[in-house]
Amino acid sequence: MEAVDASTSAASPLLPAEDSPDRRDLAFLRFVARRLGTTVLTLFGASVLVFAVLNILPGSPAQVILGTQATPASVRELTIKLGLNQPLPLQYVHWIGGLLSLHLGNSYISGQPIAPELGAALAVTGPLVALGLLFGLAIAVPTGILSALRHRRASGTWLAAATQVGIAIPNFVLGILLIIVVAVDWRLLPASGFIPWSQSVGGALRSLVLPAISLGLVEGAILSRYVRTAILGVMRADYLRTARAKGLPAGRALVRHGVRNASVPVLTVLGLELSGLIIGAVVIEAVFTLPGVGSLLLSSVANRDLITVQDIVMLVATVVVVTNLLVDLLYRIVDPRLEVGG
Amino acid sequence: MSLELGLRQAAAPSPFRRLLSRSPSAVFGALVVGGILLVAIVAVFWTPYGPLTVSTGKELLPPSGAHLMGTDEYGRDILSRLMSGTDLTLLSSVGAVLIAGLVGVPAGLLAASRRGVVGEAIMRLADLLYSFPALLAAITLVAAFGASTVTATVAIGVASIPSFARVTRSAALPILASDYVQAARAYGRSPVAILRRHVLPNVAPFIIVQVSLLLSVTVLAVAALSYLGLGTPPPTATWGGMLENAQSYLYQDPLLAVWPGLAIALSVLGFNALGDGLRDLLDPTLRGRA
Repeated sequence: MEAVDASTSAASPLLPAEDSPDRRDLAFLRFVARRLGTTVLTLFGASVLVFAVLNILPGSPAQVILGTQATPASVRELTIKLGLNQPLPLQYVHWIGGLLSLHLGNSYISGQPIAPELGAALAVTGPLVALGLLFGLAIAVPTGILSALRHRRASGTWLAAATQVGIAIPNFVLGILLIIVVAVDWRLLPASGFIPWSQSVGGALRSLVLPAISLGLVEGAILSRYVRTAILGVMRADYLRTARAKGLPAGRALVRHGVRNASVPVLTVLGLELSGLIIGAVVIEAVFTLPGVGSLLLSSVANRDLITVQDIVMLVATVVVVTNLLVDLLYRIVDPRLEVGG
Repeated sequence: MSLELGLRQAAAPSPFRRLLSRSPSAVFGALVVGGILLVAIVAVFWTPYGPLTVSTGKELLPPSGAHLMGTDEYGRDILSRLMSGTDLTLLSSVGAVLIAGLVGVPAGLLAASRRGVVGEAIMRLADLLYSFPALLAAITLVAAFGASTVTATVAIGVASIPSFARVTRSAALPILASDYVQAARAYGRSPVAILRRHVLPNVAPFIIVQVSLLLSVTVLAVAALSYLGLGTPPPTATWGGMLENAQSYLYQDPLLAVWPGLAIALSVLGFNALGDGLRDLLDPTLRGRA
């Protein structure tokens, strides 16, 4: 480690010659500020795009709410009440202002506030994504390290090939295969539906097991390849050879010097994987008919409840973008050599 | 097609065996993709039965000589529907990649050659689009314009633009800095001529690899959208739609779900392996890098 830090800081023109903690902190703060700025800009851009796409078409939401039987007068009245007669930029400001103050508005269809419904959905999607991530990591780290350590042997090649196949199986296909085997044939776990947390925590967990496996396996297979590559790269590094030369056994050398270095690229991919998991959850919830955010989004699309669609799309996009921000920051903390990031 | 061209270029000096040992994944991918293309071409002219032909009294039959993969709940022949679904899948995926490439490649070239405000603006826009998940973009567009093949294709295509722009730009940058481009510039060639004569041919292999990798992503996205009911509406045969349909009959006939699942997984695997293999052949130092 020491050897690496010294050589690269000498090569990097951006690091001060003397690695004073103050200057490093300042550089880090500047980095954080810049990344925060781009994140806010990205979210602003995304919100304008989403709003534009969903409001560009003619056709009145008031008409959709009231149905085909409504009189033109009542449609006009509701349009005014919802503020939909205002110019689009004003409607945008109104929507964004609401989101920022956590007022998500009311559903066009049910007239109910969106926030509680979304909260209930999050209580399903959040744990699902977390379990999926855990499961993915539990697969990726051991298989990745093993296939790197055995990369010259047949077993390593087979492991790498198996992860290739794992990547190719879409999560919804895997979900259905799992339902066939585990739920239909063995009758071990429920095939679909969700038992609410308030009713039975064990039941809720049981209904999340198969969805989480379907979600995590594919992401785990992808991540496993990055772990393998990272470990392979570290194994070829000079400092590891030095560590071996001074007498450390291969395994010890890898643990002491390799893991932190290998974790940097893996961490980045983990962030990408997390967004993959969140998006994957939308599909997996449909497979297992879980009442999560994805199901709410899809039913809102089907009902043309555009305000709910708008809110959920923005929520998911925000989570994904903020996740990427956090990973970037973490990346910098793990590897302070990276002066210019983002 | 351009895919085969890339493979032949890379393979020209060595016989099949050496190619197989140098990149088994390219050979495997090429075989699978070739098989899929063959099925798609055959399906344009011939399928065992009409993919939409309903026959009463033949519902949910197991595989047999007459129906190699059995029949669905309307007595429609699964093999015929799967074959016809191959056409639609490829059409939609290739369409999406075409949209992404036709916008993304010029944008990437432009960003590489004009590194000032224009280049910066293009890449920031690409970043913005890139940070927005493709499936979410597709769902948003479907919410606005309704579910159809065209909406799904355009949505997936637009969401894939940034990956083309990024690959093209990063491949073009070192070429633009190379001696021969400097020479051509000194010689007085116009920037457009330089891009066409020197940069594009050298960037092409990277683009071909990207096409193959992206096809695996778009096949998956097309299948996912039709599975969610956001793609081509029924009764047209789509792999995702067949899978969704089969889910109602898992207890009676689980095989019904296995066929379209297999088709989707095999296609994704094929395009992915081909792209990975081509990339290995292109640059052996990248071997194993995901």
